[in-house]
Amino acid sequence: MGRRVQARRPTLSAVTTIQIEHLRVVRGGRVVIPDLSLEVAAGRVTGLLGPSGCGKSTLMRSIVGVQVVAGGTVTILGRAAGDPTLRRDVGYVTQAPSVYADLTVTENLRYFASVTGAPPSRIGEVIAQVALQDAAGQVVDSLSGGQRTRVSLATALVHRPHVLVLDEPTIGLDPILRVELWQAFRELAANGVTLLVSSHSMDEAAECDDLLLMRKGAILAATTPAGLRASTGENDLGRAFLAVVRGSEA
Amino acid sequence: MIATARRVLWQIRRDRRTVALLVGVPVGLLVLLRYVFASQPSTFKHVAPPMCGLFPFTLMFLVTSIAMLRERTSGTLERLMSLPLSKPALLGGYALAFGVLAALQAVVVCTVGFTLLGLDAAHGAWLVGVLAIGNALLGMSLGLFASAFARTEFQAVQFMPAIVFPQLLLCGLFAPRGAMSGPLQAVARAFPLTYAFDALSRATHPGRLGGSFVLDTAVVVGATLVALGLGAATLRRRTP
Repeated sequence: MGRRVQARRPTLSAVTTIQIEHLRVVRGGRVVIPDLSLEVAAGRVTGLLGPSGCGKSTLMRSIVGVQVVAGGTVTILGRAAGDPTLRRDVGYVTQAPSVYADLTVTENLRYFASVTGAPPSRIGEVIAQVALQDAAGQVVDSLSGGQRTRVSLATALVHRPHVLVLDEPTIGLDPILRVELWQAFRELAANGVTLLVSSHSMDEAAECDDLLLMRKGAILAATTPAGLRASTGENDLGRAFLAVVRGSEA
Repeated sequence: MIATARRVLWQIRRDRRTVALLVGVPVGLLVLLRYVFASQPSTFKHVAPPMCGLFPFTLMFLVTSIAMLRERTSGTLERLMSLPLSKPALLGGYALAFGVLAALQAVVVCTVGFTLLGLDAAHGAWLVGVLAIGNALLGMSLGLFASAFARTEFQAVQFMPAIVFPQLLLCGLFAPRGAMSGPLQAVARAFPLTYAFDALSRATHPGRLGGSFVLDTAVVVGATLVALGLGAATLRRRTP
């Protein structure tokens, strides 16, 4: 799998879905992102990897247009981030499950479906997609952490967005569920959806098509799992990331 | 807007105790007042009818500011702001849902007050009920606006005594405004609840309603719309 040749030319992808140039974000007087540029290719799963506090969530908030930015441009599907027309095309899952704890799974989805104008038939589909059929009538408050994460994900899928921005969607999930979710991400990408998925765990890097390695508000490397292994000579992606960090500091 | 209203009502429906408190507390307080003034039934008959119309104001202020704060702190507001939902539709949904609750509250408290406790309203109990719903919406819109300045539930709860109590003290319910000092009267005239109280007391006392009643209700409606507008302005798509 890792021997595919295409893996070596990540920046030559046919279509760019997300393009960021010289993004600068200041939060509470602290410069979180000094000057960041990147591209995310269409129809691929791009992993945004880096330690906690490196600015991943802030970057994702800037992409979905809910972050006040100090400078630079963020373009999604050819439109500026925050453009009202993008709200139908972009799905966003925040790090903490942002759903209504006092509603059932179905009621949550019904609300998000009507807000986004998705047909009611989508409700059952996305519940099946995140494997929550058995819990559909349960109040979210009574669900486990992993189930809540999946409800949150389902609400972002309901309007069939072209771009999905997922902030640590697999955090706190058991290994089986993780595998299932990554499978779901792969299927979405196969159907043309562009996914940007953040994680602080390098185990998940291998699941991605493209990798963006982030540290201290900057992109250290834009590569692929195979490219990262090749450039660092490390087979383990965690060690490879450390090698990149050391390289950037040297 | 309808979707949001339905969602808010579903949330509250699941919280049975909140519904029971919303309906039961004003009735309980009214009954309590009846026994506090057991030896002065005429005072009770004078004070209680406007109170029927003021309870929903205070309760809705509190309920709304907490509900909106929860929406802000749970991340659902950020999620909604990234979706194709307009701010007027969100606030309108809240107004509609809480308007329904206020109507329920007003019907129950007015029914108990004007039948079981023997209160009278010169221009009809129904008018007090309608004014009560209007006052509830005023409380709701002020609560929505106030919630923007609270980071925690502790702060939101403090806004109740800070914003509601001065208006209750100065509106003329506890002491006639004519007996207050000039500066206090001027302050009272700046508070929307003063006009809500005047409308209620005109509705409960004999005499023509006239233009001043229309003016009072217009001020209450206007203040509600202004507070809703200010509330909409505090909802930001982008946050720091």
